Amino acid sequence: MVHTPQAAKKTRTVALIGNPNTGKSSLFNALCGMNARVGNYPGVTVEQKVGRLTGTSECIEVIDLPGTYSLAARSADEAVAVNVLTGDLPQQAKPEVAIVILDASNVERNLYLFSQIYELGLPVIVVLNMWDRIQSEGLSVDASLLSERLGVPVVCTSANRRHGIDELKRVIQQSLQSQAALPYPEQLARAKFPAEFHDEVKSLSQWLESKGRKSSTYQVDRLLIDSDGHFQKAICQSGLPEIAIRIDEARVRLQKAGCKVPMFETKSRYAWVRSLITGAVVRVESRSASASDRIDRWLTHRWVGMLFFVLIMFLVFQSITLFAKFPQNGIEWLQSQASNVVERVLGPGALRSLIVDGILAGVGGVIVFLPQIAILFFFIAVLEDCGYMARAAFVMDKLMTTVGLSGKSFLPLMSSFACAVPGIMATRTIENRKDRMVTLLIAPLMSCSARLPVYILMVSAFVPATTYAGGWISLQGMVLMFMQSLGALIAIPVAWILKKFFFPGEPATFLMELHSYKWPSMMVIYQRVWERVVAFVMRAGTLIFCTSILVWAAAYFPGDHQSLDESMKTLEELHSARSKWIDKQLPTSSDDARLSIETALSENQAAIDSTIQRVNEQRSALIRSSFLGIAGSWIEPFVKPLGWDWKIGVAVIASFPAREVIIATLGTIYSLGSDQDEMSEGLQDQMKLAEWPDGRPVFSLATALSIMVFFALCAQCSATLMTIRRETNSWRWPVFSFVYMTTLAYIGAWLTYQCFAFWS
Amino acid sequence: MNSRNINLDELGQGESAIIVEILGDDIVASRLMEMGLIEDEPISMVGRAPMGDPTEYAVRGYRISLRKSESNRVLIRKEP
Repeated sequence: MVHTPQAAKKTRTVALIGNPNTGKSSLFNALCGMNARVGNYPGVTVEQKVGRLTGTSECIEVIDLPGTYSLAARSADEAVAVNVLTGDLPQQAKPEVAIVILDASNVERNLYLFSQIYELGLPVIVVLNMWDRIQSEGLSVDASLLSERLGVPVVCTSANRRHGIDELKRVIQQSLQSQAALPYPEQLARAKFPAEFHDEVKSLSQWLESKGRKSSTYQVDRLLIDSDGHFQKAICQSGLPEIAIRIDEARVRLQKAGCKVPMFETKSRYAWVRSLITGAVVRVESRSASASDRIDRWLTHRWVGMLFFVLIMFLVFQSITLFAKFPQNGIEWLQSQASNVVERVLGPGALRSLIVDGILAGVGGVIVFLPQIAILFFFIAVLEDCGYMARAAFVMDKLMTTVGLSGKSFLPLMSSFACAVPGIMATRTIENRKDRMVTLLIAPLMSCSARLPVYILMVSAFVPATTYAGGWISLQGMVLMFMQSLGALIAIPVAWILKKFFFPGEPATFLMELHSYKWPSMMVIYQRVWERVVAFVMRAGTLIFCTSILVWAAAYFPGDHQSLDESMKTLEELHSARSKWIDKQLPTSSDDARLSIETALSENQAAIDSTIQRVNEQRSALIRSSFLGIAGSWIEPFVKPLGWDWKIGVAVIASFPAREVIIATLGTIYSLGSDQDEMSEGLQDQMKLAEWPDGRPVFSLATALSIMVFFALCAQCSATLMTIRRETNSWRWPVFSFVYMTTLAYIGAWLTYQCFAFWS
Repeated sequence: MNSRNINLDELGQGESAIIVEILGDDIVASRLMEMGLIEDEPISMVGRAPMGDPTEYAVRGYRISLRKSESNRVLIRKEP
């Protein structure tokens, strides 16, 4: 991830920093193309994005820092931004230039962050992005006057239209070549801080130095200003807890002297900013802004706004299910074609089984999510870029606060009803880490589309087809609906508990900027979708690959597959013989010949049928003796209270990598071959016939309900767990999700079975 | 304290006021100030979300959404 020492000699590093929603990622893409390396900073769950400046012979690395409003370092994101800029992050070279991106339509508020960065002692380049918007916002910005007053180069860009990028590249190279003059202390905003504060900084610096912890002026400023901030915590934890007392005493002294902490900082900085922009940023009467306000009055209106929101969500999720179907069918077709080719080339055996049942089935099962992910991120990108996403969070916030989350969690949770993988990836739009973690951990409880086949199988086989209200309401439909909503209902107390015990602390702030509406940029949308698709294929894909091989191996070994392979071979020979007979049938005209062919065909059919039966019996015997089957008999005492026999136990274990696998596994175990779908009569009949040793049927309504409840609550999806691993950069959270969801599922299934078995 | 001072969440739709003080010195207060809500700045209420919370305000030439728990930390004085 991080460059090697020999490359470091030649590589120059610059950092890109700015407020959220300033078009920072579009600018980054415009500077570096689409070949950014995306990873995580060591030890923290903050995304690290590094790219190489394109169009230059020199190797200039651009670090895209997390969007932040301030360097006050309260969250992990802000701490990373500060540590990168000050060169305090291990394995990360200190950038030589800081590129500060400002929203040209909101220079005043954006310059607040600039005033802090300017004090770090780094050469700075200011980028006024979204330059194309200032006219419609009714603003006039004098960039050269700003540059003169700030004492740094100012470049105007419209990153999503690729305007001003070459100029910016030129300025970056120039700044790297010539040693830019750093500002005089009097030029900085902190020169406007009260004299008492400067005195306290001096004495605290001396004290820290006497303790062998020389700190920069910037760090000492932050220690004194941010109550219980990032630097204070870091110094306390590193064995100098006395610092807290020193800081408290200094704050009391400042308070007595009439210097209100932290108010004086923001006040001084904004006063400094205003003195700089007066005359350089002028607001002429705006027209478009009020048009945006008029749209807003409707889109956030009490009834119209709600209706519009529901319509948009309906459109998004209908599109995911409708449009994803065709490419998904295509992917499945490709997968079956690939399997056919392999089956033609390789005879039955371990290698073929590994490729077809392990690799192709496993990887195909993941790639099949790709269309859903691309479509969801297309809509997210459109809604985000046109400015509606912030309004959706605005509209839904009140509802989501009832479970301790914010409006920003709504869309990720909603998309998890289609599939938790894109849903978890969409939690990136939530800036607050605690909210993001809770959302990410409850997202797999939403009933995803892979659970539906399981419900359909169980409901149609074991729930009576009773109807009420003259045939309008069916019991099966009601059970189906209940199962679909069960996860979401359970998610409410789970979110509450997670928030209370695992991510406690002060309530998250929901200060959110609401930009004017604008037309979405195709370039931005394309980039967002592409980025997410590549990330998904690369990360989840490689890990899924390994998981599917492991599960395949557990189901394949240690059994002796020789006789099964022979039966399979016989079966394939019978099939090819059959097609030869059929080919002969057409040109033949004589009745005798036709009759003999028909006899041969029916003999062939009988042979095929008996071979299939043999194959299935052998398969099911092999499963029984495989590691998976051994595990099945081992867990039988644990699953018996849920009303399950070892076969269901094995099917459930095998479906931990992907829950929809249960249908194919049940099919295999019930000796029907593995080509089963949820509506197949054969599987339903076989399940109805299954008996306990004492002759009671295995499957009752109670058992079917207990299986469904288990599936509704269990984390049986390795793609989801791997996505959690990737998004949190830790194994802790996928393990946590797995444990809590499996526990919930077990308890839920046990309660369901015991209640219904007692009741019926 | 001046008796005409009210909390920001009491401001009606379309009304404007001047910020008097941000109450407290915790993260919420710092965040509000960092976002430019500082004494003597004018602020106006643009509209409420369908369920009555949060509320959209205009300050320093941009729009910000604040929850009631945040806006009641902002003391304002209505313009005469």
